[in-house]
Amino acid sequence: MDSRHDIELSVNGDTHRISVQARRLLSDALREDCGLTGTHVGCEHGVCGACTVLIDGRPARACLTYAMQMEGHEITTIEGLGGTDGYSPLQQAMQDEHGLQCGFCTPGILVTFEAYLRDNPDPTEDEIRDVLSGNLCRCTGYENIVAAVKKAAAGMRGEPE
Amino acid sequence: MKPVAFDYQRPASVEDAVALLQAHGRSAKLLSGGQSLGPMLNMRLVRPEVVIDLNDLLELDYVREAADVIEIGALTRHHRLATAPEILRALPLLAYAAATIGHFAIRQRGTIGGSLVHADPAAQLPLVAVTLAAEIVLRSAAGTRSIPAADFLQNVMTVDLNEDEMVVAIRFPKPSAAKAGWGMRLFSRRRGDFAIVSAAVWLRRNPDGRLADMRLGLGGVAPVPFRLHDLEDPDDEGAPGESWASDLAGQAAQRVEPEDAPGLPAVYRRELACNLLRGALTDALSLAGERHG
Amino acid sequence: MPKDHGIGASSKRREDVRFLTGKGRYTDDINIRGQAYVHFLRSDVAHGKINGLDTSAAESAPGVLRVFTGADFEGVGGLPCGWQVTDREGNPMQEPAHPVLAQGKVRHVGDPIAAVVAETYEQARDAAEQITVDIEELPAVMDMKAALKPDAPKVHEDLTSNLCYDWGFVEENREATNAAFEKAHHVTTLELVNQRLVANPMEPRVAIGDYAAHSDESTLYTTSQNPHVIRLLMGAFVLGIPEHKLRVVAPDVGGGFGSKIFHYAEEAFCTFAAKALKRPVKWVSSRSEAFLSDAQGRDHVTRIELALDAEGHFQALRTETYANMGAYLSTFSTSVPTWLHGTLMAGNYRTPLIYVNVKAVFTNTVPVDAYRGAGRPEATFQLERVIDKAAREMGIDPVELRRRNFVTEFPYATPVAVEYDTGDYNATLDRALEMADWDGFEARAAESAKKGLWRGRGINSYIEACGIAPSQLVGQLGARAGLYESATVRVNATGGLVVMTGSHSHGQGHETAFPQVIADMIGIDESQVEIVHGDTANTPMGMGTYGSRSIAVGGSAMVRAAEKVIAKAKKIAAHLMEAAPEDVELKDGQFSVAGTDKSIAWGDVTLAAYVPHNYPLDEIEPGLEETAFYDPSNFTYPAGAYVCEVEVDPETGKVRVDRFAAADDFGNVVNPMIVEGQVHGGLAQGIGQALLEGCTYDETGQLLSASYMDYAMPRADDLPSFQVDHSCQTPCTHNPLGVKGCGEAGAIGSPPALVNAVVDALQRGGKDVTHIDMPLSPARVWAAMQ
Repeated sequence: MDSRHDIELSVNGDTHRISVQARRLLSDALREDCGLTGTHVGCEHGVCGACTVLIDGRPARACLTYAMQMEGHEITTIEGLGGTDGYSPLQQAMQDEHGLQCGFCTPGILVTFEAYLRDNPDPTEDEIRDVLSGNLCRCTGYENIVAAVKKAAAGMRGEPE
Repeated sequence: MKPVAFDYQRPASVEDAVALLQAHGRSAKLLSGGQSLGPMLNMRLVRPEVVIDLNDLLELDYVREAADVIEIGALTRHHRLATAPEILRALPLLAYAAATIGHFAIRQRGTIGGSLVHADPAAQLPLVAVTLAAEIVLRSAAGTRSIPAADFLQNVMTVDLNEDEMVVAIRFPKPSAAKAGWGMRLFSRRRGDFAIVSAAVWLRRNPDGRLADMRLGLGGVAPVPFRLHDLEDPDDEGAPGESWASDLAGQAAQRVEPEDAPGLPAVYRRELACNLLRGALTDALSLAGERHG
Repeated sequence: MPKDHGIGASSKRREDVRFLTGKGRYTDDINIRGQAYVHFLRSDVAHGKINGLDTSAAESAPGVLRVFTGADFEGVGGLPCGWQVTDREGNPMQEPAHPVLAQGKVRHVGDPIAAVVAETYEQARDAAEQITVDIEELPAVMDMKAALKPDAPKVHEDLTSNLCYDWGFVEENREATNAAFEKAHHVTTLELVNQRLVANPMEPRVAIGDYAAHSDESTLYTTSQNPHVIRLLMGAFVLGIPEHKLRVVAPDVGGGFGSKIFHYAEEAFCTFAAKALKRPVKWVSSRSEAFLSDAQGRDHVTRIELALDAEGHFQALRTETYANMGAYLSTFSTSVPTWLHGTLMAGNYRTPLIYVNVKAVFTNTVPVDAYRGAGRPEATFQLERVIDKAAREMGIDPVELRRRNFVTEFPYATPVAVEYDTGDYNATLDRALEMADWDGFEARAAESAKKGLWRGRGINSYIEACGIAPSQLVGQLGARAGLYESATVRVNATGGLVVMTGSHSHGQGHETAFPQVIADMIGIDESQVEIVHGDTANTPMGMGTYGSRSIAVGGSAMVRAAEKVIAKAKKIAAHLMEAAPEDVELKDGQFSVAGTDKSIAWGDVTLAAYVPHNYPLDEIEPGLEETAFYDPSNFTYPAGAYVCEVEVDPETGKVRVDRFAAADDFGNVVNPMIVEGQVHGGLAQGIGQALLEGCTYDETGQLLSASYMDYAMPRADDLPSFQVDHSCQTPCTHNPLGVKGCGEAGAIGSPPALVNAVVDALQRGGKDVTHIDMPLSPARVWAAMQ
């Protein structure tokens, strides 16, 4: 049961060949084995949302997923957001609206809304707060994150500021 | 918070999965969405020797509509339950319930089969399965059996599932959509938390406004969610009147015997059950058409 | 037109660039070649005697390097308490030993018993399960009042009782205060609980110890708000490492809220074990461990009495508080219920006589220490609740009752040893009422009633003492440290600056705000200024970030250092322009000579400082780098008024916060965007306390709220959209920036406003409810209505 398994993880389009125990959490594999420390571990019981990544484009808690489950799937982390030329619209809006303070919960929020705004380009404030409730932030009181999501969504819809 | 060491199996078919179950029995744990099992593994509250990952069993990720039944594969995720057109049309109560589970990211992974097997007394899907008289389809190497959800759910986090069995599907009888209405009310500390008490109602009215059929379910007031069968028979006094919902909810509250819990006295839970059921009844009746049809 | 740079501009945060792209460098992101991992075996009973400990199986488990127990730490110092409180009789507090690993006894669930160091974390965790501990369970001391009974079991056998201290303040005023109560027209009494909270920064604590044998130097990487303080405490009191052989690094830190001020056992352990094993040793707290080992907050039980005359003027105030210390004294635990609480009991009001009594008690619970606000939220909550109750009892409008008693002339010396320098409490109250549309309440209440909901409103005025603190004063009060701050301003040859500050940024945006100040002073672009913090090896001595002190104390130190730099630069410029230094002015990055057209650019002067070819070498040294230590002469006194409106569902007791308006006076503001963000975060924590959060232990000392499923953190849809304003500004009179600090205000001012609003709603609904203890869970509110 302690044995290690050689697996391939596809993260942000790159292939990582790693050797893990079956119990290795995806969050640990990303951080320790792939060196992608942008995914943060806040609670390891699926509530805080800091470790949220995209699995085949859908958000999921990396702390409730095992690395071995991910062979054959495509993972996107915070390091994979935005283009080579800079920020995604939400990254930009988060800076503009002061949607982060200590930055620890931020990757999970960015990743979650990356998927959500694709499905729901014009969310109401209530809908934004509902989705954001899947991520704990202790610094901001959420006010400015809500504003940032609104702003990013409007920008992505092509509306002028 | 890391799990104990375990072996990992990733069967490619249901047949392989049940064969693995037969081989490993009680020392194995089935992993579907992992949204409840994951925390328990990380906290070492469960210590399996083998984890059998069901996520490759795409054959169990389906919603199939037949004339009188909607069958849902056990691996169907909450997000799909909440958004699939056939469920929204034929089982809106189920779609609504699924949309209220946890949060957006949780609903992308959590599955209907996993939720039913986990059997949290306050969870939404067990309540809806009981209220809508769903059948749980179980499979083992020896064959298939199906049992009513109300029998499947035995006690707090305890279900009628042999160690070599897995849930493969849930069959919901397809109710008549004509003059039908539904309601579901959940009361939780925060949105997305497990409800303290929950109520679900489905009903159908006759063209004259009288009730033709009704199902009432309550969650969070007993070890498992349950139907209030003896209150479901429509009386013959005509269409429901102004006080119908509160009268019925009041009678229901008299029948529940919740236990005291720290910070949640039984009397409060009973009061909540009454309020929630009244709200769900009112919503259902209004969806089913004119109050005095 | 809002400013676009310098002091007063909402400059966008430069630290966001790394945080938004996953490039932050938090402690857990650091991995050192060859590092081993530690797992702590923690007590699962609240109180017990360790009769035996068998680690042999664990020692031979795969990958295990060594198992440490309390025996390994005999002769090593314990974790120190940084503040000695003197009791009513003039005696020092009772101060128990706090070993790194339990020695002979465990005193709370989570107390570390043994530490397993292994090649991987999983191996350490697995091996720890093989340790056998023979614990004789003792009765858990849980209730503070019961703990003080003569026959109560003792948390520490070597102390005379479970009483840490019985503190009176101001003891000399006690008789006069009692006499005033005898004569009072009206006395309002309230008993209340300020419940125990968990700070819960999203980043759990992490510590990595590293030891370089060739230089005999130890390095600790840790999630700390004040690395220098950790170096001082751990080096001097625990491990006996001189400061020049000990480096403490606190890189990006994912929030602190007080809980990362303190020196913890895990930090000392990793530093100690790294040297013992000649391997780096890493510890990463799980969230479960965080609930059992991070110092918790609040936990006061208070009886407060307010004496008023017939017109509602406050005559005297008297309180008796039981303050839970937990099982050991955490670093600043003893100062919280005393000097950070008693000194604030005047609030915004002219109360001539005040007497505060605090009994600090040991129990078998996780230690309690400062959490956002630290003592000041407890003071404000009592005061603002009792005032609201008094207003109701006397039939005086609560707004009017507050106005009638406001301090309006400054400076104002309170009867509790502090002197407010400036303020305008009516101004913030006016602004809050305006933002909240106070006068439109009845119409909104009617709308709520149509939905079957009861609407209520509550107000609150608060004051806090920030910018801690004048060192001589706190030294007299028992602090075992100075509370200055320091900064070094290093100007490079090409004109850019590096500011090395002892303040630590873990969300507050210092890297953005501090350069705004320097840029204004010199007249250069903010991007020319870099902030370095969080590493004892490359910053001067610092006391760190807490108590809303960074800009007021750390910022002032930076200003003083920059002033020295500018003074020297003027001398160089004077030499280059052949003018007298006193005639040289610096503006927009140019030195000029008054009354002439002579000028020279900042960059030319800085270049001359490092290439001193044409330079007054007989008068000044080359180079341009200055250090300043700033010790404040007084606290700062941010103040404000908050208005909260709630809807209560009378059927379920559920409370929804509909509106929240906060008007704060922070003095001058460097970056309004950051300041508003700080207020938002404080409000969320205060509303979280009032509505949702709370630690619960059972009678055996098990922590029932030990996960995020049980400890209800506020989420986005639990909170309203906030209205915040800081346009009322009475600048601080005694620091160079006129700033007061903004980090804790929201957490201090919001709980009483919210509870006042809920009580108001219930009263309007016809329920004779005068108080409900926090958190205002639906079940509690419902029960209060029955």
